[in-house]
Amino acid sequence: MNPARRLVRADPEPGFEIDVDGEAVPVVPGQSLGAVLHAAGIRSWRTTRSGGRPRGLFCGIGVCFDCLVTVNGVPSLRACQIEARPGDRVTTGRPHPDGRPAADHASTEREAAGPAGPGRDRGAGGGRGDS
Amino acid sequence: MPDVVVVGAGIVGAACAYYAARAGLDVVVLDRGPVAGGTTGAGEGNVLVSDKEPGPELDLALLSNRLWRELADSGPDGPGPGPAGGGFEFEAKGGLVVAETPPVMEALADLAVKQGVEHAVVEPGRLRDYEPHLAEGLAGGVFYPQDAQVQPMLAAARLIRRGGESFGRGALMLRTGVTVTGFVRDGDRVTGVRTDQGDILAGAVVNAAGTWGGEVAALAGVRVPVLPRRGAILVTEPLERPLIRHKVYTAAYVTAVASDSEGLESSAVVEGTPAGPVLIGASRERVGFDRAVPASVLGRLAAQAVALFPVLAGYKAIRAYCGFRPYCPDHLPVIGEDPRAPGLYHACGHEGAGIGLAPATGHLIAQALTGTRPDLELTPFRPDRFGEETP
Repeated sequence: MNPARRLVRADPEPGFEIDVDGEAVPVVPGQSLGAVLHAAGIRSWRTTRSGGRPRGLFCGIGVCFDCLVTVNGVPSLRACQIEARPGDRVTTGRPHPDGRPAADHASTEREAAGPAGPGRDRGAGGGRGDS
Repeated sequence: MPDVVVVGAGIVGAACAYYAARAGLDVVVLDRGPVAGGTTGAGEGNVLVSDKEPGPELDLALLSNRLWRELADSGPDGPGPGPAGGGFEFEAKGGLVVAETPPVMEALADLAVKQGVEHAVVEPGRLRDYEPHLAEGLAGGVFYPQDAQVQPMLAAARLIRRGGESFGRGALMLRTGVTVTGFVRDGDRVTGVRTDQGDILAGAVVNAAGTWGGEVAALAGVRVPVLPRRGAILVTEPLERPLIRHKVYTAAYVTAVASDSEGLESSAVVEGTPAGPVLIGASRERVGFDRAVPASVLGRLAAQAVALFPVLAGYKAIRAYCGFRPYCPDHLPVIGEDPRAPGLYHACGHEGAGIGLAPATGHLIAQALTGTRPDLELTPFRPDRFGEETP
């Protein structure tokens, strides 16, 4: 058993895999996408517009908005604030190839992306971020 | 003993420190928080001449505009106005003010003539040459090529660092996490500050505490009425390519800036940033230091921005932030030595224009500190112009 899990006596449900740019990446239930990517050795999943510098987890607590990622077709979600769920398809890279707006159906897909966990809205990356 | 203690490490304090060091003075900058932790870190980085009424504030804005360009061009961090922009993303992008109706368009054109600054009146049919995604049905606009933008937090940090590196070791020292609790006096004269980490004696003290400038003044027993005027900014997800080329705002913004209302006022102010997100303002409310911006305010900002740029409806606003503009009753900043407390200089109360006006303010303060004749008449900005009654 993973010594870190033994240390905190964690007894997680059986793991699963999600799709990250076509690769299967293992998930421990309850992990945020940021934690999943980090655990898989993925440190950066987008680049800045000027200079193409790498961006990934910076604050890890929902404040800095650096870890934006596309999940099930919905762009610009904070990886650190979203729980990985079975069937998730994560696309890294730039949020809007060609500078096009997000497709109209994106918000519908977000709602339909699976049942939100208790007190956990999958759309939390949007809107009221200043509280 | 330093020649000058600057209280406040926002953009105005940074500019005062930079120009004082450049004038050969030894400077210590104090802040109770981090660099750019107050209003400097809560704005859009506007460097505007377009929204200024003719008079002392426009004169200050024009001087400052020239100084911003010098700072961006001369920086060791890269020449401007390229992408590096002096190390603080200086962009000479120009501002486009648009009118919804023909009478408003007429007023806009009149104002531009009175201002006497470089501008071009834009016919309705030519608006999309400037901004391809603007809404239909606008009555025209005025383009101001001198309007610019900086990344204000980077600018404050760069000015402080550059001041220390360019003018010799010890010329400029920064101490964060130090709270000023009072002043050291010799009779009326201010001869230093008392802080939670001991007294610091100095030849002069500059109050660059922004929205909290009134509180710092009160520690010296003088009244400088600076009030908070809250503003919120909505931030979109980063865009891959710029959709919005200039700073674009509706004519209503000019009247909102000059208004004295306590209630919510908002008008669309939209611009892209080099990093990709679009910033959407601007709201003005006098609600004290309450940080809880109602969702209705953000909704209104979003709706006004989409009315101006329908294409924005396809993007997500992913966060918002708010700050407190340092507002004086007559909408002018306070710049200069306080005759009621000699040795104490004020550089605060710039309302929503502090980023734009910072270099001129720092330059004029440095001239006052060194006994040089100031480039601009400081009388309209004098600290004792308000009288003693509470507003």
